[in-house]
Formats: sequence, C-alpha cells, structure tokens
Amino acid sequence: MRNPIATLRNRWSDSDARADGGEPASTRSFFDRDSVRSAPFWLPPFLLVGLFVYGAVVWNFLLSLTDFTGIGEPDYTDLDVENYFVAFADPVDGLLSTVGLGGEVQGGSPAWSELTVEPVWNSLGNTIALMVGFAAICLALGLVLAILVDRGIRFENTFRTIYLLPMSLSFVVTAKFWLYMYNPNTGLINIALGAVGIGPVQIVQNPDLKLGAVAFALIWQFSGYAMIVYLAALRGIPSSHFEAARVDGASTIKMYWRVIIPQLRTATVSALVVITVFALKAFDFLFSMYGGYQPGPSADILATRMVREAYANQNWAYGSTIAVILFVMALFIVAPYIYSQYRRGEL
Amino acid sequence: MSTADTDARLKRLGLYAVLVAMAGFYLLPILTGLFTSITSPESYTGQSPFLPPLEPLIAETGSLSLQPWGNAFDGLARGLANSFILVIPATILSGLFGSMAAYGLTNVDWRGQVGIYALFVAGIFIPYQAVLVPLTQFWYNVVPLQSLFAPFAAFPLVQAYHWKLVALIVTHTAYGIPICTLLFRAHYKKLSDEMIEAARLDGASVSTIYRRIVLPLSIPMFAVVFIYQFTQIWNDLLFALTIVQFGDASVVTQELVGIGVSQAGTNFPLRMAAALLAALPTLVVYVLFGDKFAEGVTA
Repeated sequence: MRNPIATLRNRWSDSDARADGGEPASTRSFFDRDSVRSAPFWLPPFLLVGLFVYGAVVWNFLLSLTDFTGIGEPDYTDLDVENYFVAFADPVDGLLSTVGLGGEVQGGSPAWSELTVEPVWNSLGNTIALMVGFAAICLALGLVLAILVDRGIRFENTFRTIYLLPMSLSFVVTAKFWLYMYNPNTGLINIALGAVGIGPVQIVQNPDLKLGAVAFALIWQFSGYAMIVYLAALRGIPSSHFEAARVDGASTIKMYWRVIIPQLRTATVSALVVITVFALKAFDFLFSMYGGYQPGPSADILATRMVREAYANQNWAYGSTIAVILFVMALFIVAPYIYSQYRRGEL
Repeated sequence: MSTADTDARLKRLGLYAVLVAMAGFYLLPILTGLFTSITSPESYTGQSPFLPPLEPLIAETGSLSLQPWGNAFDGLARGLANSFILVIPATILSGLFGSMAAYGLTNVDWRGQVGIYALFVAGIFIPYQAVLVPLTQFWYNVVPLQSLFAPFAAFPLVQAYHWKLVALIVTHTAYGIPICTLLFRAHYKKLSDEMIEAARLDGASVSTIYRRIVLPLSIPMFAVVFIYQFTQIWNDLLFALTIVQFGDASVVTQELVGIGVSQAGTNFPLRMAAALLAALPTLVVYVLFGDKFAEGVTA
C-alpha cells in the first residue's frame, strides 16, 4: 500500500532527498512537505487575511443575527433572523418601488427599536440603478476611447495618461471637484447651460438628478480604467484579424462590430467585475459630496445606508445585516468570475 | 489631391478633435479647481472658473493669490502627517506580505494552493462594509491596543493617539495583501522555471531561493505594487472614518470632507486648494510613474 504522505509529497522534497543522499521515502517527515516548507511565506499573510477579512465577514454575519445597538457587549446567545425580515419587509411593495412603480413601503418594528425601521428596498434599487447605469456607460465609453486611441495616433501616451488621470484621485477629492462643477451659481456646468439660456439648475440637491450626477462623476473617474483594459485587449488581437476583415471589404465600423468586439469578451467581463465592485464602494464619494451620512433618499445606496445605520444611528446589528446583503451581492458578481478564471486555468 | 486623400485627412482630423475634446473632459474639473485655488478669496466671483485669475488684465476673473494654498496647508497639515504615517508602513508591509504569499503559492508547487489562492483573490472584491462593524469591535473592545500602545508614546515623535493609526495600518495591510498577491503572482508565473530548478538542485532552500533569486527579480513589480497600494491607501476614507474616527489621528481624506464650509457659505478657493493638496502626493506619483500605475490597475 502506498504511503498517503508519500503520495502528497511533490518533486521538491524528492530532489532534496536525493541531495541528502537517498533518504528512504517512508521516513520523511511532515516538515518536508512543500506546503509546509513554503508555509513561512504564505501562512502569515494568509492568517492576516483570514483573520481580518474572512474572520470579520463571519463575525459580521453573527452580529447581524443579534440585537446589538452599541450598549455593552453584543448578546450572542440570542440569535435570530429578525433583522433580515426587517430589511426585506413588505416585499411586494418594496420590489415594486425598487423598479420604480411606486408603492408605499411599510417599515418593520424590530425588538431592538421603538421606532419603525426602514427596509432596504429604496437603497437596494438605487444601488442596482447606479451599478447598471454607471457600469454600462463606463464600459461603452472606455471601449470607444480604446478604439480611437488604438488607431495609431500620435501622442498616444499623453492621451492615455490624461484619460486615466482621474482614477489616481481619491473619491473624496473627486466629489469636491464635482460639487464645484455642479454648483448652481459658480459651477462650470451651469455656466455652460446659462450660455445657451438654460438654468441655473440645482443638481446636487435635486432628487431627480442626484443619482445621475453621482453616476456621471464616477464615469468621469473610471472610464479611463475601462479604456486601459480594452486597449490591452485590442493590442492582444493579432493584426491578421484586422487585415482579414479589411480584405473582405468590411467597413471600419462593421469590422469592429463583427470581428473585434466579440474577441473582447474576457476584457469586458473583468472590467465589468472591477467597475461594479467600485460602484458598490461609492460610499466615500457620497460621504464627501453630501458632507456626511445623509445623501437623501434618492441617492442613498446600500453602502451609505449600512454605514449610517451602524455609525450614525447606532443600529449596529442592522448595519451588519445590510453589510451581509452587500457582501452577498459582491459574491454573486465575483464568484462566477473567479470560477471561470479557475476553469480556464488562469488562477 | 484625390478625394479619397481629403476624406482620409478629414477623418484623421475628426479623430484628433474627438481625442482632444475627451482630454478636455477629463482635465476640466481639475483645471477649474486649479484656477479657482489660486484666486484670492476676496476677489473670487466664480463667474469664469475656466480661466486663470488674471484680474487686472481680464475683469471678473479674480486676482492671483497663493493664500488659499497656505490656508489649505494649515487646515490639512495634521491630516497629511497622519496619512504619511499610515501609508508608508501599510504600503511596504502589504507589498512584502503579498510578495511572500505569491512566492509560497506559485514557485513552490503543492496541492491545494489554488484553493488558498482563490481565497486571496476573492478578498480583493469584498466590500469594506462587510467587515466594518467587527473591525470597530475588534480594535476598540477586543484588543486593548490603546493601553498596549501607551508605553510607546514615551518615544520621541510618537503620540498616544497613534495607536489608532497602528490599527489602521494593520487593517490596510490585511486588506492590501490580496491585490498585492495577485500582482506578484502574475509576475512570478513568468519567472524562468529552469533557474529556480537549477538553484534547487544546487541545494538552495526555499527561503534562499526567495532571497537570492525571486526577490531581486521582483523589484520592478514592487514598484508597481507600491504605487498601487500607496494610491489606494492614501485615497481611502471609509476605513479611516470607522477605525480612526474624527480626532487627533484623522487622515487627510477625513479632514478634506469638512474643509472650506462655514456659516458664511462655501470658500471655493480654499476648498479647491485643499482638494488639490490632498491629491498632490498621488498626482505626483501618477505623473512620475503613470505607466506603473496603469500596469497595476489592469492586472
């Protein structure tokens, strides 16, 4: 019978054994395994990530089952899913309002609060609208820019550097710039609108425009990223594909549509994953733009709602609940991506 | 000249026109911010933020003044200092740990490493919100870091409130490891197997190979990783807001949120100067090492 440890052992320890002068396989210890010998390298970072990332995620889930409101220690003996019922209270009206069909949503009244607590439908709807709108336009703009930059232009580096520049800025800084751009009296946008006889328009505090204004600023910041990803992918397509299409007599637009764009699937997926996750994180931007935890109902996303419930309203357990919802959303986006990477052997 | 030629030239001209217009789109918010930030607040009218302050020459543009930058520096000095105290160790630590993890999971072959690596990669995408409440609990109620750190406050330049920055350094390090691991692993996969194999046959140990071969070869990657992490950690607000909270240890992004607003209204020159000052370190890094930054974000 083969020794199970011996079957686990890999070529590294085998060659070491030869160097050592032919130590018999059966006496080699646990410490000779490569997973163990390389442990000093991967284990400390893994423990840090395990504790602070995955440990915290699990702990957060436990907290979401408590009634913790910041007083004393969380009571881990009395766990229930009440907070999730509150978060998704009144599902029919909630879902209707999420897709913009109105509907008065009834809040729940959990044991830990004397007040009615709002469900998450409103911020969930805003999160999805922001994610979809922002990601779609970001990718489209990035693709167009990448195709233009890829046309063998002069000063390519300069253009690329300028397009990617906003991404090096903090959300907080971007929010300050756009707060200024959107200002009704002195903002560039309203000055431009005034020049053609419109305005001044209140943008940042206008419930109808808020979310669009946020998305627009985020597009300004991240479309350069989409461009860089697409540009790298375009450069990876063999030039024979471009030439073959040209010989066939396809027009430039047709060539891109039929031949080139279908080959950008991988780039699209990875840019999409990163950009959508950026949208989930837009908290910093909203906090800076609205100077605090209150962006108002029409721009409230799950990311702001979570922090507000926990850190402003002291509804810690409810904040954790919303955090779990955010985590699950991120998981739904990322897990298929990582799995597909694994299947293609790129992990 | 044939019509086809003219046509091609027009197309080319159109292409550059679009490219320049887009460059304008990306630069305008920063340029208006820059022009406003060098306008003296008294002469600021806000009627032409797209022009630099040229008051005696062009009316209504305001007069040139560096006073907003001076005031912004006074307002942000402590935040800038705290940010540097945070960013430098957190960047170096997360880079080093990332390199070690990538080496242990790439150049040494063993079963199960893909599973571990998948956990690292997934860690990149976990929203900070999912760990905030536990982290606040951990740093404030579970680990008595404040009292553990108290003796260190006797050292010169160390303040008692720096314990909050230590907590933030550890948190940012842990959160930076996944992306650093990903960046290094992509690089280590390309290293020549023969070289490592040869060193192994010569009897070099796992750690000797790392120190003598892999580490020297990863210097270009360290540049990419450090630039990426420096930008990420410098720009972050959420962790600082929830772990450091407002006070002595506030970092620059926290200080920037409230600057330039008073009862009298918004002081736009001051606010724009502050925004640019807070962005200056990352902008300098970006202008100097833009290619490395692009390499980091696209990996």
